[in-house]
Amino acid sequence: MVAKRIIPCLDVKDGRTVKGINFVGLRDVGDAVELGQHYAREGADELVYLDISATREGRNTFTRLVERISDGINIPFTVGGGISTIDDAARLLDAGADKISVNSAAIRNPQLIDDIATRYGRQFVVCAIDARLEADGLWHATTHGGTQSTDKELFSWAKEAEDRGAGEILFTSMNHDGTRSGYPCDTFARLAETLNIPIIASGGAGSAADIAEVLTAGRADAALAASIFHFGEISIGDLKRDLREQGITVRL
Amino acid sequence: MIAIIDYKMGNLRSVENALHRLGAEYQVTADPDVIRRADRVLLPGVGNAAEAMENLKAARLPEVICSLRRPVLGICVGMQVMCRHSEEGDAECIGLFDSHVKRFVPTPEEKVPHVGWNQIGNLEKKLFKGIEGGSFVYYVHSYYAELCPDTIATTRHGLLFSAALKYENFYGTQFHPEKSGDTGERILRNFLEL
Repeated sequence: MVAKRIIPCLDVKDGRTVKGINFVGLRDVGDAVELGQHYAREGADELVYLDISATREGRNTFTRLVERISDGINIPFTVGGGISTIDDAARLLDAGADKISVNSAAIRNPQLIDDIATRYGRQFVVCAIDARLEADGLWHATTHGGTQSTDKELFSWAKEAEDRGAGEILFTSMNHDGTRSGYPCDTFARLAETLNIPIIASGGAGSAADIAEVLTAGRADAALAASIFHFGEISIGDLKRDLREQGITVRL
Repeated sequence: MIAIIDYKMGNLRSVENALHRLGAEYQVTADPDVIRRADRVLLPGVGNAAEAMENLKAARLPEVICSLRRPVLGICVGMQVMCRHSEEGDAECIGLFDSHVKRFVPTPEEKVPHVGWNQIGNLEKKLFKGIEGGSFVYYVHSYYAELCPDTIATTRHGLLFSAALKYENFYGTQFHPEKSGDTGERILRNFLEL
């Protein structure tokens, strides 16, 4: 049985990881390779590196960083942030990324998913959806880090992304992101009913219990989190042992 | 020297980096002479099996691969094209492994693609030397090789399929050893030391 995955997410700006504390034994927590290796040793199943650079120089620095990550890390990693053309995807693939995640650009231009999946395979394409439950009772996909709402509805957009060739869906609830109050598990379970491809749950984890719930009741295949790992509140090793004690299959 | 066969099927950098971490010397090539002279040959591959076969045939590589007597390792689609036939694009394959490649049927519990870490069992002793049954390795695929007499490791995703195959000096893994952490590094090292 395929194990449920635990995925730390690292934000990168101008080639350096931002946020996070100094873990014992780590010389430089801002070094994306070193921090990634730390998480890999702790038992992370995959890593996600999100480029939040706003400048062209930052983007170029990120590509060189992806080359170093690929050389230094022996588990899969996904890169995202600002991928809006097939050339962006090709550049990161050539640098050694195992997967790319598309978000706002795919909402503007859904054909981007078809184009990347056709050329590089669906295993390479993660479609990230930041959605917010709005007053009309629907989950609206948003762009620009949740600041702009769109008329794309979560479930139909996720299904469309799957049909166009996405290999995984990374869903973040903007109502829960940053609140540490847990995930909207009913919504995740309904998403799992809708899709055949794996779902990565993101946004809202405040505890190991939250993660356990989204992997069971929420039927998610993987949980992605940033701050609970970066601030050392939960170590990935402890989390996975905890999950295993609850009967959840994890790689230890 | 290790030859990594470049037949335009996905990115080879992960495999290169894994060999680099193991301190092995390698060359990325499609040159039959270089491939024939190599001590070890790797046939990686991500993508569509039918396209992979087309690319191999266009470079006249199937007969080169079959003629090799040193250890050869196919990874993922590289393994699948060493089987008899693939449902993906109804491709006639090289036929070194006595297995057919079929598509997973998704169920609520078993999603397709099969992505992530899964356990290997029924392990042969050489390629998997030092690896315990139940170890996790990393998979990304929608098609699988059926169990056959050449199966040397199994994984369950709904049904039991060939995690690895062996025929004479030819080996194949459906999983990605280059992405499977320490377990994967050990399997690659075992291959280099065969």
